[in-house]
Amino acid sequence: MRVHEYQAKQLFADYGIPVAASAPATSVDEAVAAASELGFPVVVKAQIHAGGRGKGGGIQLAEDATDVREAAARILGMTLVTPQTGPEGRVVRTVLIESASDIAQELYLGMTIDRANRAITIMASRAGGVDIEETARTNPDAILKETIDPLLELRPFQAFRLACRLGLPTKTARGVSKFIQSLYKLFREKDCVLAEINPLAITADGAPIAIDAKLNLDDNGLFRHPELVELRDLNEEDPLEVEATAVNLNYIKLEGNVGCLVNGAGLAMATMDLIKHVGASPANFLDVGGGATAEMIEKGVHILIDDPDVKAVFINIFGGILRCDVLAEGVVAAAKKLDVKVPVIVRLEGTNVEAGRQILQESGLSFRSAVDLREAATLVAEAVKEAS
Amino acid sequence: MSILIGSDTRVLVQGITGNEGRFHTQQMLDYGTHIVAGVTPGKGGQDVEGIPVFDTVSEAVNATGANASIIFVPPAFSADAILEAADAGVALVVCLTEGIPVNEMLAIWKHLDCLGTHLIGPNTPGLISPGTCKLGVMAGYIHQPGPVGILSRSGTLTYEVVHQLTSLGIGQSTCVGIGGDQIIGLSFSELLPMFQADPDTKGIILIGEIGGSAEEEAAELIARDVTKPVVAFIAGQTAPPGRRMGHAGAIISGGSGTAAAKIEALERAGVKVAASPADVGALMADIL
Repeated sequence: MRVHEYQAKQLFADYGIPVAASAPATSVDEAVAAASELGFPVVVKAQIHAGGRGKGGGIQLAEDATDVREAAARILGMTLVTPQTGPEGRVVRTVLIESASDIAQELYLGMTIDRANRAITIMASRAGGVDIEETARTNPDAILKETIDPLLELRPFQAFRLACRLGLPTKTARGVSKFIQSLYKLFREKDCVLAEINPLAITADGAPIAIDAKLNLDDNGLFRHPELVELRDLNEEDPLEVEATAVNLNYIKLEGNVGCLVNGAGLAMATMDLIKHVGASPANFLDVGGGATAEMIEKGVHILIDDPDVKAVFINIFGGILRCDVLAEGVVAAAKKLDVKVPVIVRLEGTNVEAGRQILQESGLSFRSAVDLREAATLVAEAVKEAS
Repeated sequence: MSILIGSDTRVLVQGITGNEGRFHTQQMLDYGTHIVAGVTPGKGGQDVEGIPVFDTVSEAVNATGANASIIFVPPAFSADAILEAADAGVALVVCLTEGIPVNEMLAIWKHLDCLGTHLIGPNTPGLISPGTCKLGVMAGYIHQPGPVGILSRSGTLTYEVVHQLTSLGIGQSTCVGIGGDQIIGLSFSELLPMFQADPDTKGIILIGEIGGSAEEEAAELIARDVTKPVVAFIAGQTAPPGRRMGHAGAIISGGSGTAAAKIEALERAGVKVAASPADVGALMADIL
């Protein structure tokens, strides 16, 4: 789960991680009031779940109340397009009003679950404020790393060593070391999977301060942090995906026109690949999971049919815990309620497959049935050809 | 023969009195798995399907000589269950639970690695040596004993490939689901040498997916140490970057973990990579 910069900075403040004084605002008047309280100059920053906001015009320095009014009026409600939002952009609903900092140097600091080392790795670089992925590609040596033993946790010497390797004077290195240790504590205690501060600024008097703040939380850890669940911003998510999540379906909207409903994430991805392999393109990823009920299947079919881009539907089920007869009942119930105008290809295998096939056959609905994946692929290709 | 589990595997079920634990205990018994004990704290003294239930893993191991554990416990209690099994000296721990916080798994993995305990999962359907031992939730009847070892990050996609093989008359030595989470126990690189050393495994199928670098590490190991033929499929060739495709581990981030990079690494190591998931079984049949 992603959180906004202003939410991350509130968590930072709770952990004693230095941030500039700031306040979120959802209207122009609120923005002006917040700025007057903070004192000028301030920075007005669009709050969306994507980086590169400065490039898209989502961040603006304001010297006085008139500037703030103008900037907030322009940014609030705008559709902000950045290199990370895709061409459709994101609507800005909140701005962060933050006291401008006196910046002498810009560093990069990141913390992530490092799968290759099965540990948390802390990354730092003197090349802050720029696209760090670009730096990683062109000059990987510019990114310094410390890998943390999960049993020993982060030790003070590691944090200080990393700060010294950045070439900082001792006093500043001590401050950065403390910053790193506080961020690590937050990362561990709040079940984070990614923390990124870019830039981590060093002020004119040598103190570190987080100018930006990106935090990704582990969805699997949220049950331990009910207070963090409230930070979820549904406006930042696709409405069909939100609808699917509400009934425990795992749905992701894609660009193509073949809707697919599959049990299991791996088979769902493989089904998308199969669709691509026969020259068509998947409209979505939809994993109904192992323990799907007939109602969940029905809802899944509903979501596919509701998508105007879908020209054919491919249901691919390898029954295990999810029985084929349960699946078939859900599909038939959905098809009877909805006016399904697109061809529906069904491939069933596994637990109770005979019962499942019988339910489909006796439903009186015109499903196109395939016995194996190869045949299913051919049927999908035919259906797409008919539609175009 | 097989890897990790066989006819001498004595199984302990953690969470045996829950709905899932009870159901799959029955299924595993029906398949012929040698289940000797169950554990649920506070339910010691009861029995499930004739299997004695203990309060703690240590008691169960002392009383029955269990040497493998399968865990059906909710996410909040799974980390503790894994540690309890390892502490009691169980050599192989299979954790099916989906949804364990990754920050929790970091220390668990490291600790089990220090002890030398084999961990499969979490978030796995388990593993099966057809004909002798099923330690998981896969449908037993689609498998048959034979010469192909399978390693996979996925559940139902593995069933699909097993079904293709069995339909072609080709059986399996052992099929291992390594788990779909970011931090897991035994990965491809630890399991490949076991299949290489197993005299009854004649060919290996590796089913990978986007995210992480397990397939790239496997490719390096295959080029160096594996002489048996390897066939692979990588799921997620059409997945967009930055989106988690169901599994916590299946995400392309910062340009790394793409299917293209994994396929290239495997092909460079001499692995035959199927372009379509429908062709994996046939590709192995051509080689054997």
